[in-house]
Amino acid sequence: MTSILFAILFYFATLMFVVGTIYRISVYTRTPAPLKIPTTPAPINTGGVVLRMMREVFLFESLFKANLWTWAAGWLFHASLALVLLRHLRYFTEPVWAWVAFIQPFGTYAGITMLFGVAALWARRIFVERIRYISTPSDHLMLALFMVIALSGLVMSFIEHTDVVAVKGFMLGLMNIAWLHSDSQTLPSGIVLYVHLFMVAVLMMIFPISKLLHAPGLFFSPSRNQADDSREKRHTSAWGKQLEAEN
Amino acid sequence: MADIAAPAYRVIPIIPALKSGAMDGSGPYVANDKIQEALGFPGHLVEGWHDRAIAKMGELLGKYRSLKVYMDTCVHCGACSDKCHYFIGTQDPKNMPVARQDLMRSIYRRYFTLPGKLFPKLVGARDLTREVLDEWHNYFHQCSECRRCSVFCPYGIDTAEVTMAAREILDSVGYGQKYSNEIIGKVHKIGNNLGLPGPALRDTLEGLEEDVKEDTGIDVRFPIDVKGAEVLFITPSADFFAEPHIDSLIGYAKVFHATGTSWTLSSMSSEAANFGMFIGNYEQLRKVALRIRQAALELGVKRIVVGECGHAWRVAYSFWNTLTGVGDGADQDDKFAMMLQKQLDHRYKQPMHVCEFTWDMIEQGALSFDKEANDKHIITFHDSCNVARGSRMGGYPGGQFDIPRNIIKAVANNFVEMDPSTTHEKTFCCGGGGGLLTDDLLDLRVKGALPRMEVLQQVVDEQGVNFMACICAICKAQFTKVMPIYGFDRRMVGGVHQLVSNAIKLGEK
Repeated sequence: MTSILFAILFYFATLMFVVGTIYRISVYTRTPAPLKIPTTPAPINTGGVVLRMMREVFLFESLFKANLWTWAAGWLFHASLALVLLRHLRYFTEPVWAWVAFIQPFGTYAGITMLFGVAALWARRIFVERIRYISTPSDHLMLALFMVIALSGLVMSFIEHTDVVAVKGFMLGLMNIAWLHSDSQTLPSGIVLYVHLFMVAVLMMIFPISKLLHAPGLFFSPSRNQADDSREKRHTSAWGKQLEAEN
Repeated sequence: MADIAAPAYRVIPIIPALKSGAMDGSGPYVANDKIQEALGFPGHLVEGWHDRAIAKMGELLGKYRSLKVYMDTCVHCGACSDKCHYFIGTQDPKNMPVARQDLMRSIYRRYFTLPGKLFPKLVGARDLTREVLDEWHNYFHQCSECRRCSVFCPYGIDTAEVTMAAREILDSVGYGQKYSNEIIGKVHKIGNNLGLPGPALRDTLEGLEEDVKEDTGIDVRFPIDVKGAEVLFITPSADFFAEPHIDSLIGYAKVFHATGTSWTLSSMSSEAANFGMFIGNYEQLRKVALRIRQAALELGVKRIVVGECGHAWRVAYSFWNTLTGVGDGADQDDKFAMMLQKQLDHRYKQPMHVCEFTWDMIEQGALSFDKEANDKHIITFHDSCNVARGSRMGGYPGGQFDIPRNIIKAVANNFVEMDPSTTHEKTFCCGGGGGLLTDDLLDLRVKGALPRMEVLQQVVDEQGVNFMACICAICKAQFTKVMPIYGFDRRMVGGVHQLVSNAIKLGEK
């Protein structure tokens, strides 16, 4: 019974995550940027813009300029999260790719550093007056969500081991739509595992309707993704051109 | 006004504690119906303003990717929270860039997102009430659209875009700002922000020719409406009469004279400033900018050069090509732009900043200077926000920082920098930009100048600086007004071309 509920939950969460995110991205793509507004000094060509964007994505360059503590906590959290996510690929692939097997131990310990990152970000939100002022309940809940996911995952890694082979069987079954040909595997029971999976499903579902949109949003930010070439190339938008036709 | 005093300097780099409600109030003077209607806005707050404001917001979210993405992506990380000069000067938490954005984001979430419709409290969403509208009028006129916050935001969220959208919505429901909208009306009617008509302008220029002749013995001309001139010169109208602006105007004329450049001003288009940007209205921005296109076409000029003005240079550099075709690289079948671009000489940047022009001439050896003429000055340079973060000069990123400094060093012997965390792209706004240069906001302007005054005081104390050069008409006007309140001599502020004017050698080449 639990397996069926989780199966339905994960299909639904995946649908919301994929459709929701694609919809958001399509809105960003469709919405015109009528004027050139890169924050200067900005790269003067596309190659430079790609480099600037990579520095933002991988190094959090602007945040580094803004505040070292926030940068350190934020970068630690995100880098750890990335490692943890990549490590989890082993539960969705058979055979496991070599590089995924290689990062396995790092990914496990990244769960711990991820927890530190979340804790530091949360502490900042609670103890720094300015950040406390701008925080909404959802900002705290988001951190709580990541904390529960990280904690429950760590508990399963280090304290109360779960039957990961069975979990993998269940996940592969979901991916292969195994219930159609009735060789599906059930999810092993365990409250920690249930909490972990449920929170991950929640995270996937709220991704396209919350501030988690900062991940795709960055790539569409005109102040970062535009090249500084306004004198050399005439930048236009459909509705801006329309005004020219009118007079 | 006697009660307006300068706030105490901080022990840098202390981040101020919050003082909730410190800048509560009703904001700047509201535009009357005459001013509003001249721009096609409703004369006063309309019936059904609530629905119209939400509809306008929806329209803007569909027209500006910046607004849409910026409303969605903020994670409340607080990177920007201590970066705004108005926050530093007033300590009002609503002047933290993120909190200012949230004044609008809370409405966006309530009316345009699912969580905000279902669980408003949870995500900080709220209904659009009359109180919110008043709060917008107040706090979106405590932002000078200087973009300092956008430098530090990990997603590049630019509060200026949000402020512009808010002002646009306020205008669309009949709740505009008197200062900016009155000025835009004057440009449409007369051709410049000051409402200086052609004959008065001609008088002023003739007077200047006499002054310079008396001063130097040389016939430096200030031509106006000369058809077939090579350069059309567009400068902020404050340059025609305000102190110290006029000294830079004299400097430009001397550079053109010394290099034998044929140039002209235009009486129809005698304004570089474009307050259409401040109110975030594309149509007004475009309409004001089109006067320059018209003047260029009528006078048949080959080049367009722009005088010392911060936001004007942002509009010219970043937007003119889009709005008016002044620039390069239009499609062959783009008739509107090609009409002008065929006429312009593309061996030169179009448009060109007067600092680019002067520096080119210096590099080519076309100008010579008596640097000792500036020896009475120990000079520092204030990067104007719109030039620093919204434009460029020269052929590489950051040229907007080097070129004005190069000119200063070429015409004077004593140059020192202020604290690097307050220059280049990290520069602080003067406190009077973005449509706030009005006496009804003087208290805000004085407080907003605090971070610049602190570091100026440092170089004054430690290195004896007695002149702060800048390249913006608003900076010049703002500083001459607020610096005495901080105990500085108002004559400490001046333009880069004022220094050029002091040192340039005329009639020797």
